[in-house]
Amino acid sequence: MATSQTSRLITAEHQLPRLAKLNLRQREAIFGYLFISPWLIGLFLFFIVPFAASFYLSFTSYSILSPGRWVGLDNYVRALTQDPVFWHSLGITALYVSVTVILRIVLGFGLALLLNSKVRFIGFWRTLFYLPSIIPLAALSVIWMQVLDGRSGLLNQLLSLFGIGHIRWLTDPDFALTGLIIMSTVWVGTTMVIFLAGLQNLPEEYFEASRIDGATNLQQLRFIIIPLMTPTIYFNLLINIINAFQVFSQALIMTQGGPQDATRFYMLYVYDNAFRYTPAQMGYASALAWILFVIILVFTLLIVVSSRRWVFYGD
Amino acid sequence: MQMRSNLRRGTTYLTLAGVGFLFVAPLVWMVSTSFMTLDQVGQWPPQWLPDPFTVENYPNALMSWDFGRSFANTATITAWSIAGDLISSTLVAYGFARFRFPGRNILFVILLATLMLPFIVTLIPLYIGFSRLNWINTFLPLIVPHFFGNAFFIFLLRQFFMAIPQDLVDAARLDGASELVIWWRIMVPLARPALIVVAILSFQTNWNDFLGPLLYLQQDNLQTLSLGLYRFNTLPGEASLTNQLMAATVIMVIPVVIVFAIFQKQFVQGVTLSGLKG
Repeated sequence: MATSQTSRLITAEHQLPRLAKLNLRQREAIFGYLFISPWLIGLFLFFIVPFAASFYLSFTSYSILSPGRWVGLDNYVRALTQDPVFWHSLGITALYVSVTVILRIVLGFGLALLLNSKVRFIGFWRTLFYLPSIIPLAALSVIWMQVLDGRSGLLNQLLSLFGIGHIRWLTDPDFALTGLIIMSTVWVGTTMVIFLAGLQNLPEEYFEASRIDGATNLQQLRFIIIPLMTPTIYFNLLINIINAFQVFSQALIMTQGGPQDATRFYMLYVYDNAFRYTPAQMGYASALAWILFVIILVFTLLIVVSSRRWVFYGD
Repeated sequence: MQMRSNLRRGTTYLTLAGVGFLFVAPLVWMVSTSFMTLDQVGQWPPQWLPDPFTVENYPNALMSWDFGRSFANTATITAWSIAGDLISSTLVAYGFARFRFPGRNILFVILLATLMLPFIVTLIPLYIGFSRLNWINTFLPLIVPHFFGNAFFIFLLRQFFMAIPQDLVDAARLDGASELVIWWRIMVPLARPALIVVAILSFQTNWNDFLGPLLYLQQDNLQTLSLGLYRFNTLPGEASLTNQLMAATVIMVIPVVIVFAIFQKQFVQGVTLSGLKG
C-alpha cells in the first residue's frame, strides 16, 4: 500500500516538465491533492461508502447469509414500538452516560485543581492517576472482575471497613450497572491530564489580581478559574459523551450484558443483533446503529450550539 | 496563618495519596495475585501478600493457551499499523499544512467530523465488505485501513508542520528539491517529536484493540492478547484459575507500561494536544 502511494507520487515528480507549464498555483494544488490522496481514498472506502451502505441496510432484512429484501421503515418501527430490549438498553446506556460523564468531569477537574495547587512531585501524581487509563481494556476488565467479585473482591473489602456487607457487583441485576459505573472512574486520568494542561496554561495575572482584591479560593474558582476553563470543560464534555455512548467491551467481557440484561448497553445490543444472534440481523442492527448515530448527533449539536452561551473564549 | 496553610497542604497530600491508592490498588493486587497459589486467592479477607510465593502461574498461563502465538500476532498487527499510521498521516498532514488547493478547508472540516462519527455506523458494512474480500481471519482488516491516514494523527501532525518556517521549504525548492524530497528530508526529520507521539498513541490503540480482533480474527491461531485473555476468561472452569489469569494479564500489560514509562512525556503531550487544540 505504502509503496504504491509513494510510487504514484514519484511518477508525478517525473511529469514535472509537463507540470511546469501549469502556473504555480495549479501546480501547488495538484501536489496538495496528491499528498492528501491516501486520506481521500480512505475517506471514500472506509467512511462514505460504509456510511451510505449502512443507511441502505437499515431499510432491509439483510444478514450475511441471506441477501434480504427491502422492508421500508419496518426495522425502525420494530425498534421503536415492538422491542422492549431496545428501550431498556437505551435507558441504561443513557443512565451510564450521564453518571459517568458527570463523574469524570467533576473528579477530573477536582484532581487537576489539587495537582495545580503547587504540590510537589506533580509528575509522580500525574503518572499515578493516569496509569490505569493506559491499561488495555481487556486486561482492565479481567482485573476489575476481581475487584468487583461478589465474594472476595477488593471493593467489598473496602466497603466492609464501613460495615457494608458483601455485594454481588457483577451478578446481582440491581448492582451490575453500578459496578460498571464505578469501574469507569479508572479513566478519570485522561480527563484530568487535559484539565491540568488547561489550568497550567491560564495566565497568572488573573490570579494575582484577584488575590490582591481579596478574593477567597472559592470565589476565585467560581468567578475566574471555571469561566476561563470553559473551553476545556466543553472539549472534555464532548469527548466523554461520545465515548461513553459507545461503552461495549467491558460489558461483553465482564457480564455479557447480564445479569438479566442489566448491562446490555446499546452497542452490545447492536453487536448481538449483527454478529451473535442467529440468524444474524444486520439490517435491524444497522437501523439500531443509525438511531444511536442520530442520538449522539443531537447531543453533540445541542452542546455545540449551547456552547456559544457558556463557553468563554478569551480575546 | 502558617498553621492553616500547613493543614491545607496536609489535606491535599492526604487526598492525593488516598485517591492514588484507590487508582493503583487493583494493579498492585493483580501483580500480587499472579504470584499466589490458588488456595490463597479466594480467601476472605483477601490477602495482599503471596504466601507461599510462587512463579508457577506464569509458565502455566503461557502453556494453557498459545500465548506466544498471541503475543506475536499482537506485535505483528501493531507494528504494521504503526508503520501505516506514520507514513500515511505524515503525507496527508503535510498536504493539508503546506499546500493551498480548492476545498482544503472543507476537506479539513470533514476530516475533523470523521473523528466524531460513532464507529458503530460503519462497522457492519465494513465487516460485510471485508468478508466479501475474504479478509476475515487475516490481519488485513486490522492493518490496511491504517495506510489511509488517521484523522486524529493528521490533525496533530498538521499543527506541527504549520509551525515549521516556510523559508526552509523555499530554500529547498530553489535548490531544485522535489516536493517528495522536501517532505522526506526536511519535514519528516523536523517533525520527529510529533512522530514519536503518533507512534506511541498508535502503539497503545492497536496493542489494546479488542473489538477489531473480536470481529475479524475468529481462529484461535490468529488471536491477539486481548482476545486470548477474553477467551481464557470465559472458558468454563478456567475462570476459577484467577492466579493464572492475572499472570497472563501482567504479561499483556507489561509492554504498555514500559512504553508508557519511557515515553511518559510524549503520552501526556499527545493527550493534552488533543485537549487544547481540539
